[in-house]
Amino acid sequence: MKKETLLNVALMTLLLAVPIAAWIADEPFTITLATRVVVFAIAGVGLNFALGFGGLVSFGHAVFFGVGGYAMGILAYHAQTYTSLLEWPFVIEGTKSMPVIWLVAIIVSGLAALAIGTLSLRTTGVYFIMITLAFGQMFYYFAISWPAYGGEDGLSIYVRNGFPGLNTMDPIQFFAICYVLLLIILFGVHRAAHSSFGLMLRAARQNEERVQAIGHIPYRLYLTAFVISGAITGLSGALFADLNRFVSPTMLSWQTSGEIMIFVILGGVGRVFGPVAGAALFILLEHTLGGLSEFWQIYLGAILLGVVLFARGGLYGLLAGREVAHD
Amino acid sequence: MSLILLAEQTLNGLQFGVMLFLMAAGLTLIFGVMGLINLAHGSLYMIGAFAAAATAAATGSFVLALGASLGAAAIAGVLIEVTIIRRLYDRDHLDQVLATFALILIFSEGTRWVFGSFPLFLDTPDYLSGTTSLPFGVQYSLYRLTLIFIGLLVAAGLFWMIAKTRIGIRIRAGENDREMIGALGVDISRLYTLVFALGAALAGLAGALIGAIQSVQVGMGEPVLILAFVVIVIGGIGSIKGALVGAILVGLTDTLGGFLLPRLFALFLDPSQATSVGSSLASMAIYILMAGVLLFRPKGLFGDA
Repeated sequence: MKKETLLNVALMTLLLAVPIAAWIADEPFTITLATRVVVFAIAGVGLNFALGFGGLVSFGHAVFFGVGGYAMGILAYHAQTYTSLLEWPFVIEGTKSMPVIWLVAIIVSGLAALAIGTLSLRTTGVYFIMITLAFGQMFYYFAISWPAYGGEDGLSIYVRNGFPGLNTMDPIQFFAICYVLLLIILFGVHRAAHSSFGLMLRAARQNEERVQAIGHIPYRLYLTAFVISGAITGLSGALFADLNRFVSPTMLSWQTSGEIMIFVILGGVGRVFGPVAGAALFILLEHTLGGLSEFWQIYLGAILLGVVLFARGGLYGLLAGREVAHD
Repeated sequence: MSLILLAEQTLNGLQFGVMLFLMAAGLTLIFGVMGLINLAHGSLYMIGAFAAAATAAATGSFVLALGASLGAAAIAGVLIEVTIIRRLYDRDHLDQVLATFALILIFSEGTRWVFGSFPLFLDTPDYLSGTTSLPFGVQYSLYRLTLIFIGLLVAAGLFWMIAKTRIGIRIRAGENDREMIGALGVDISRLYTLVFALGAALAGLAGALIGAIQSVQVGMGEPVLILAFVVIVIGGIGSIKGALVGAILVGLTDTLGGFLLPRLFALFLDPSQATSVGSSLASMAIYILMAGVLLFRPKGLFGDA
C-alpha cells in the first residue's frame, strides 16, 4: 500500500510538473498533450469505477463520453448562434459557461447510464459486454444520421467556453481547470471505494450470493456504480470537446470505448490512480510512436498484447506489486 | 410502394442475413467451444477479402479468389491461435477483449502497410453478373442470389457436420465438458485450433463474397463484426441454430427497416423530416431488436436459459 501511495504522489506531481515546465519554456503543444492526458484520465477513472470495483466490463463507455461531448456541443452551439435549445413548453437557452455545461453533461450522461444500465445489468458476462457495445453503436449511428447537430461532420465551437475569473483559451489555465477536476474526482472515487458502498460493491463482484445473504441487492449496487461511472466519463467528454472545440460521432465510436478501456488496463484495473498512469502512457506512446512511423498502431497493438499476456495488473501491477487482486 | 420492390428488399435482407451467418457461425462456435470472445474475427474477414482481391487481380479467376480467401483466413487463424489466442482461453473476458482488440490494431495497420489506404476492387465474375427472373415478375441480381445459395449451403453443411460427423460430436462434447473429452483421449488443443481455423475460414469467405459487392478496404471488418455480435447475442451464444435465426432476423430488420421506416413516417410527416427520422431510427433498429430480445430472454433466443 505504501509503495502505491508513493507512486500516486509521484504520478500526480509529474503530471503537474511537465506542463508547468512547458509553460515556462513556452511550449503550448506539450501543455495541450498534458491536458489530453488529464481528460482521458478522467474518462478512465470513470470506467474504472464500474470495471475495476464492480467488475462490469462495459464496452460502451464511449456513449457517456460522447453524450458529455454533445452536451457541451449543443449548449455552446445554441449560445454561439443565439438560438434557443427549446421553445416549448419552456424556453431553454444555450450557454457558454463551463460549470453549467459540466453539470448538464454529468446529469445527462448519468441519465443515459441509468437507462442503459437498467437494461444491460439484466445480463451478465459476455452478454453484458455485447449489449453495452450494442448500445454504443446505437448512439453512434443515431448521431451520424441525425442532421440537426452536424450529423457525420460534427459540430465546431469557435471559442472555448468560459470559466469565471479565468481565461480558458490560455492552455495552462485550461489545464489547471482539468487538473483540479481530476484531483476532486480522484478524491471522491477514493472515498467512495473505501465507503461501505464501495466495499459492498467489491464484495458483490467477488461473491453475489453472500452479498445477497447479508441483505444487499447486487443489481442496485451495480446500477449505482454504473451511473456514477457514466457521469464521470460524461464530464470528461465535455472537457474533451472543450479542449478540441469540436464534437463529432467519433467520440461515440466503439474504438473510443476500446481506448478508454485501454487506459484502465494499461494503468491497472481496480487501482484508483491506475487510469491516470494508463492515459499518460497511452498519450506518450501515441506521441513517440506516432513520430517514428505512420503505422504506429502496430506497435501500440504489440505493446498492448504484451501487457495483457505478460504484465497482468498493468503499470501499477508492475511497479507497485499486486496487493489488489486482479480477477 | 410496389410489392416487387418489397420482394427485392426482402431478398437483399436474406442475402445480408446469410452473409452475417458466415461471420456469426465462427464467432459462436469459438465462444461455445473455447469460451473466447474474438474481436479479431473482423480482421479475418478483412484478410479473406484482401486475399481474394489480390488473387483475382493476379489470376482473373473468381473461384481461385474464393479459395484464396478461405486459405488465407484459415492460415491467419491458425497462426494467431497457436501463438496468442491459445494463451487467452483461461483468462477472463476482459483480457480476451483487450488482446483481440490489440490484434485488430496490428492486422488493420499491417494491411494498410502492405496494401495502402486506398480501397481495392473485386469484380463479380461475368457469369454471375446481371439479373435473373424469379417467379411473380421479380428481377434479382444473380450474384446476390448466388450468395444466398452459398450461405444456405454452408449453413446446411455446418448443421450436418455438427450433427453427424465425428468432428462435430467432438465439438459438441467440447462445448459441454472440455476436461472430460481431454480425458477421453481427444487432443483438445488440436480440436481448438481446428475450430478456430474453421471459424476463420468462414469469416474469410464472407469477406471475399461481400468484397465483390462493396469495396475491399482496411476497417471493413469491424462494422460486420459488431453486427455478428448482435446476431449471436440475439440467437444465444454458442448456438449455431441461434446464429442462423439471429442472422436472418438482423439481416431482414436492417434492410427492411431502412426501406420501410422512412416510408412509414412519410405517412404523417413531411418528406425531408420523414427521411431523417426514418433513417436514423432504421440505423438503430437492430440494436433496439437486440435490447428487446435480451429484455425477455437475457440469454438469447436459443441460449441455455
